[in-house]
Amino acid sequence: MTALVTGAAGFLHRFEGLQQRLPGARLPFVQALREQAAEAFRRQGFPTRRIEAWKYTDLRPVAEAGFDEALTAMDDSPALPPAHGAARAVFVDGRFRADLSMLDGLSYGAESLAAALERQEGRLGALARPVEQPMAALNTMLFEDGLVVTVPAGVAGGVLDLVSLGTASERPEAFHPRHLIRLEAGASLTIIETATGPAEARYLHNPVYEIEVAFGAVLTHARLQQEGARAFQLSTAYARVEKGGTYDNFTLNAGGRLVRNEIHTVLAGPAATCHMNGAQLLRDGQHADTTTFLDHAAPDCASRQTYKTVLSGRSRGVFQGKIHVHQVAQRTDGYQMNQALLLSPEAEIDSKPQLEIYADDVKCSHGATVGAIDAEQLFYLRARGIPEARARAMLVEAFLREAIEGVQDEAAREALDAAVTGWWDRQGEAA
Amino acid sequence: MLKIEGLTAEVEGKQILKGIDLEVPAGEIHAIMGPNGSGKSTLSYVLSGREGYEITGGSVTFNGIDLLAMEPEERAAAGLFLAFQYPVELPGVGNALFLRTALNAVRKARGEPELDAMQFLKVARDRLKALHISEDMLKRGVNVGFSGGEKKRNEVLQMALLSPKLAILDETDSGLDIDALKIVADGVNALRAPGFSSLVITHYQRLLDYIVPDKVHVLMNGRIVQTGGPELAKQLEESGYASVQAAA
Ligand SMILES: Nc1ncnc2c1ncn2[C@@H]1O[C@H](COP(=O)(O)OP(=O)(O)OP(=O)(O)O)[C@@H](O)[C@H]1O
Ligand SMILES: [Mg+2]
Repeated sequence: MTALVTGAAGFLHRFEGLQQRLPGARLPFVQALREQAAEAFRRQGFPTRRIEAWKYTDLRPVAEAGFDEALTAMDDSPALPPAHGAARAVFVDGRFRADLSMLDGLSYGAESLAAALERQEGRLGALARPVEQPMAALNTMLFEDGLVVTVPAGVAGGVLDLVSLGTASERPEAFHPRHLIRLEAGASLTIIETATGPAEARYLHNPVYEIEVAFGAVLTHARLQQEGARAFQLSTAYARVEKGGTYDNFTLNAGGRLVRNEIHTVLAGPAATCHMNGAQLLRDGQHADTTTFLDHAAPDCASRQTYKTVLSGRSRGVFQGKIHVHQVAQRTDGYQMNQALLLSPEAEIDSKPQLEIYADDVKCSHGATVGAIDAEQLFYLRARGIPEARARAMLVEAFLREAIEGVQDEAAREALDAAVTGWWDRQGEAA
Repeated sequence: MLKIEGLTAEVEGKQILKGIDLEVPAGEIHAIMGPNGSGKSTLSYVLSGREGYEITGGSVTFNGIDLLAMEPEERAAAGLFLAFQYPVELPGVGNALFLRTALNAVRKARGEPELDAMQFLKVARDRLKALHISEDMLKRGVNVGFSGGEKKRNEVLQMALLSPKLAILDETDSGLDIDALKIVADGVNALRAPGFSSLVITHYQRLLDYIVPDKVHVLMNGRIVQTGGPELAKQLEESGYASVQAAA
């Protein structure tokens, strides 16, 4: 067994060793993308807190972990999270598992990226910006698989479960799935993503999403991040929404030791809509970061962002939200709200909203609040006989509900509601 | 049922209750009247266990047990109920879930089986009808966007569901129209039984025409200064508290 090299050097080292064995080794466009990403990653390494976008999240624990690539048995039968629809794509340690997936007879295309790679020229890398985002560079350099979804014009795709399972092994493993999602004009799809793994497993899940929502299409993207307690998840999503299209993202950060949910959305055509909502439920020792970049690049678009963070123990939450309203984006309607509920005096939340507005006719508001559980409300519940722990749980759920109610799709909303309900009670059992 | 002896309490270093002596036997309804700021709500909060009050002396027993040593939820489970003067809004907590959770918590503490959503709905519907409350109110957030009268009716609904042994009504009649007042009074009268007592805090004699009290107490400046029968309320309505002050 060779000694592991940690940090950026470890990943570059592995890239050099694996280069000829990674998918697309004989496809020039893939090679060019990987080379360019490797060069960017070699230059920048892991982002440090000196970089504005990473001011509140220190990746040293990730850099120092010394990851190996995943050596997963491909024939085990792991327990799968509950299904929300009939279609399901399952990845174990970032690798597509046809035997666990159900993608037959769909009205749209859904296939493994490794298998479909040669047909992705022009689409792979169309939105991701590895030169600017080091984690996207790492993903581009080392991705092995991912899901390619293409919903043809006018097709209502229903619900697709996207499942990622991390597994436990002797050495920490890293996987970097790349998901390409395209909805053609008037199409719709609800993706409910569950990422999870055993409590003791140490792994890095570093997914990148390239999402294209065409004219009048509607994509609901509910992400349930429930990784194992020792895992890292650093995700970067790029979405481009054309005229009259809707991208509705909800990310629940509930698991993992150090996680980041970074979203770049461009409202590229007039009257496009974007919802970026989310909740972060943090226990002692957890760090969760949600960072959103929203470009209003066309007139008459609307955006809604509501993020709620609940922090207990010595946990730390981060919210950064930047809205850039371009000069052409007249009549922009933007709203951003970020609220934190501190359940412990040792918890910490950092929040940084940022508005850059270059158009003159816009309606943009943002706000942030930090508070504790309201003593009056708690007493009212207890005075009705509800034990204190349950009363607190009810108030925590109520705090989160507002963000979940922003999700338009019923199946996604129900999945999120189920994930959030009882979270606090389960904490009580674990403690 | 309820026995208060020499109760003194402070809020933020300020003495509000200055030695309350009050006994409510089982099956009786007592009214408490008194000027604004005299300590009526403070007494009701101290009895139900709200934080922020320092009990500096005296004792309270509820059917023989030390009430002041119990958590608020234990008091509720033991049969104490406070209808709040200012019911609290709980955005994001559905009224149906709230009512069912409360009812089941109390049932569980009393060793009775919990009700599922369907069983609960059946019980709740009967009570809603009796109190002339629309079923819509179950779907809304607790007290959120309720009118003043609706909030008070929601308190009475909670009381009806939890079937307490001792109900403290803190100005439940304030802000109610005549019809609502009758409905609330009917709600209390429906609970009247040898094992049920109530402390009715009010500013208006009118309520006491519908809920006829066994005794009327006057609370002034943190003390009970006078106790009488229902006629005392009528007398106060006519001549105000000045006459009591003179007498005390
Ligand atoms: N948290 C507090 N801090 C300081 N003073 C308080 C606090 N709560 C109550 N008080 C004071 O205690 C006194 C009694 O208040 P309380 O609410 O018990 O009066 P009340 O008899 O219910 O009046 P009302 O008829 O207006 O409802 C008042 O002077 C009030 O200002
Ligand atoms: Mg009062």
